[in-house]
Amino acid sequence: MTDSVDVVVVGAGPAGLRAATDLARDHTVLLLERERQAGGIPRHSHHLGYGLRDLGRVISGPSYARAMVDRALAAGVQIRTSAMVTGWAGSRSLDVTSPTGRYRVEARAVLLATGARERPRPARWISGDRPAGVMTTGQLQQAVYLKRQNVGTSAVILGSELVSWSAVLTLREAGCRPIAMVTTAARPEAYALMGWAGRVAFRLPVLCDTTVVSINGHGRVSGITVRRGGRETTIACDTVITTGDWVPDHELARSRGIGIDASSKAPIVDTSLRLTDDGVFGAGNLLHPVDTADVCALDGAHAADSIRRWLAGESRNAQSVELRAGEGFAWVAPGQWCPQVAPARDRLLLWPTTFRSFPNIVVRQAGRVISRARVPWPAAPGRMFRLPSSQMAHVRMDDGPVEISIG
Amino acid sequence: MTFDCIVVGAGVVGTALARELSGCSHQGRALNVALVEAREDIGDATSKANTAILHTGFDATPGTMESRLVRRGYHLLLNYALEAGIPVERTGALLVAWTEDECLSLPMLQDKAVSNGYLATSIVNAQEVYARAPSLGPGVLGGLMVPDEFIICPWTTPLAFAHDAIARGVHLHLNTKVTGVTVGPDETVLETSTGQMRTRWLINAAGLGSDILDSSLGHDRFHLHPRRGQLIVFDKLARSLVDVIVLPVPSKVGKGVLISPTVFGNVMLGPTAEDLTDRSDTATTDEGLAFLRDKGAKIVPALLHEEVTAMYAGLRAASDQTDVTVEINADQRYVVAGGIRSTGLTASMAIAEHVRSLIDANLPLADRTDLPPTVRMPNIGENELRPFQDESLIAADSAYGEIVCFCERVTRGEIRDALESDLPARDLDGLRRRTRAQMGRCQGFFCGAEIQAMMDGAG
Repeated sequence: MTDSVDVVVVGAGPAGLRAATDLARDHTVLLLERERQAGGIPRHSHHLGYGLRDLGRVISGPSYARAMVDRALAAGVQIRTSAMVTGWAGSRSLDVTSPTGRYRVEARAVLLATGARERPRPARWISGDRPAGVMTTGQLQQAVYLKRQNVGTSAVILGSELVSWSAVLTLREAGCRPIAMVTTAARPEAYALMGWAGRVAFRLPVLCDTTVVSINGHGRVSGITVRRGGRETTIACDTVITTGDWVPDHELARSRGIGIDASSKAPIVDTSLRLTDDGVFGAGNLLHPVDTADVCALDGAHAADSIRRWLAGESRNAQSVELRAGEGFAWVAPGQWCPQVAPARDRLLLWPTTFRSFPNIVVRQAGRVISRARVPWPAAPGRMFRLPSSQMAHVRMDDGPVEISIG
Repeated sequence: MTFDCIVVGAGVVGTALARELSGCSHQGRALNVALVEAREDIGDATSKANTAILHTGFDATPGTMESRLVRRGYHLLLNYALEAGIPVERTGALLVAWTEDECLSLPMLQDKAVSNGYLATSIVNAQEVYARAPSLGPGVLGGLMVPDEFIICPWTTPLAFAHDAIARGVHLHLNTKVTGVTVGPDETVLETSTGQMRTRWLINAAGLGSDILDSSLGHDRFHLHPRRGQLIVFDKLARSLVDVIVLPVPSKVGKGVLISPTVFGNVMLGPTAEDLTDRSDTATTDEGLAFLRDKGAKIVPALLHEEVTAMYAGLRAASDQTDVTVEINADQRYVVAGGIRSTGLTASMAIAEHVRSLIDANLPLADRTDLPPTVRMPNIGENELRPFQDESLIAADSAYGEIVCFCERVTRGEIRDALESDLPARDLDGLRRRTRAQMGRCQGFFCGAEIQAMMDGAG
């Protein structure tokens, strides 16, 4: 069995839903989602804060997910759930497994919007016993909000990204007491606002500059041993939540041999959100682990514009220049600069490795500084840094890679 | 009720023994066999955390019982795996020499292989080594090809034995710890955590506890201590780096650190070899992981750039004897199969066969003629069709088309089956070993809550 469509979108989170919705105006669009419900991560993220930049209102995750799905359906997108793409059958052809059977989808353009996930315990190289009670925020949220499962009585949260506070909220909802937040980050100022708010609202100690020595317990977690300033302490708890430390779900891109950024592990795209293969595009947190849902949705809108041009016969931009993360950043997305097409929202996304309240952003090409600007917003590890693409105005197409750093 | 045989320990050896003995009759009557296990699942201790290699026995000590059992067990298990659907991949192994000394020892290893009855090894130069394994790091001087070393599923193997045993009428007692033994003139009484059990013959396959059980029958012939092996499992996307078992040249302290593909499509690095005293310490340690990271970075440098999917530690039974201890005490109607090392997976069926022959000399045994057919296990390996790929299976039951665990592509139908079988999964680890559910790269980020709901009966 084979379906032929103009565009197949893989992943019905914010990016995939928005792209499919925009494209359905004038193309046949099939949206494949491996979960039983469309909507992506917002489905189980019950706090407010969704929809600001794309829908112009602030709503909860589940409301946002419903709104995005409703819009897609109204636009004529065919959404298939419990439909998992298991591999490529050709350059723009995918194999799918679903309860209705195995089938193939052939399309003129493919959009990968498979999102990102938190690194689980083994991928963080945390040693010790292997008891039950260790999970990511993603699993915690689904256990609490979608399944109403018992998640324990007292928890230690590893990490200090925005999602770490989402884990705290979820634990409280589930009646599981957050005991401490443990982070290797050097200073609480990295999350000054959240850290302060958290401490005030939850009286939750945030242990900075602290590494995990081991997770302990046979059967169920009994505690976690941490090291701070050369001293080891064991904190008793029955649950450990590993938060943040996002990694893109890039299996489809990698299995095709599409170029991957060594640091973010995301497929490399240009400012049109094209992957290195013709007719294959990307959007959302697959490309930048992770930014907020509204930014992902606007990525989707940007990818939809590029796909529309591709379907109309536009060829790949002749020239592009590699963007590289310099001092102070782990990676930059997109990784290829094309002057003809501005990036989504006219922003480059960078992942900071150091904290600066008002960072001085330096752009270099061929050993020369081509732009230098102090920006009035902070660069903080664990939070996306968004740089206006006007900083790239002086990039020359024949001068080689461009490096962006904190000066 | 008095059993004919009680097998203590339901690891890979104990389940193989229960399967073998329950296939026997004495004077026209099928043996009445019980399998007693302290843990809540079979194959839940030493058997679950090994390097999953089907060994030819090329590097065993010639002339030992271990050498003979591994060689015989290899053929028995390979045949059985085909019949029962146990995943096997015919990868072959490549022993890599990194120093002049190691290079010089290759001919001796080849001679040893011949003494062990294995003739197919070949010594190769560095170029040939890199041709077979291009991702190996710089500095290879030569190697030894061992084409018949394969990888096998360490979890499906004891599960298949146990399913066969149950189908043949074996009484499986899980969560049953043996606390005392009294050998009488006609029968032996076992005190257990769930009550008294009586048997004519007692078979000790208690793994890491086999020396303790042996001593409670008055013997002092072997002593065990736990040797911990930490292992790191890398993401499936690393699999293209390694499609052969990469072995080090063995040294006196053990077989050293290897890098091997797994039948699930991952790459495994390990094990460490740490002599401990605590027989329950299966923790990984920062030192152990750092040691493996260093070793791995030299053997296949690109491997360390890949994501880690799992890390764990297993305890092997290290004996003070140079050989395995498989002996009968006919006066006590007692057989011990202890001191069995990592070759136990390969040797399991041969050990069972040998134990049967030991008993047969005292209690004449015949093959039962009324045996049920060999079990056919659900395939969880990558080199055969899996349910999510099987159009006719999905057409017959749509639950095999609903992928629940995305990373490992495990369907609702497979999880349902594992929860409802004769030997059902009782916890997440049990479900993992039966289906691969939640053993992939996300470790439950996507599927953890859904799988928990299925285990709670709410799925």
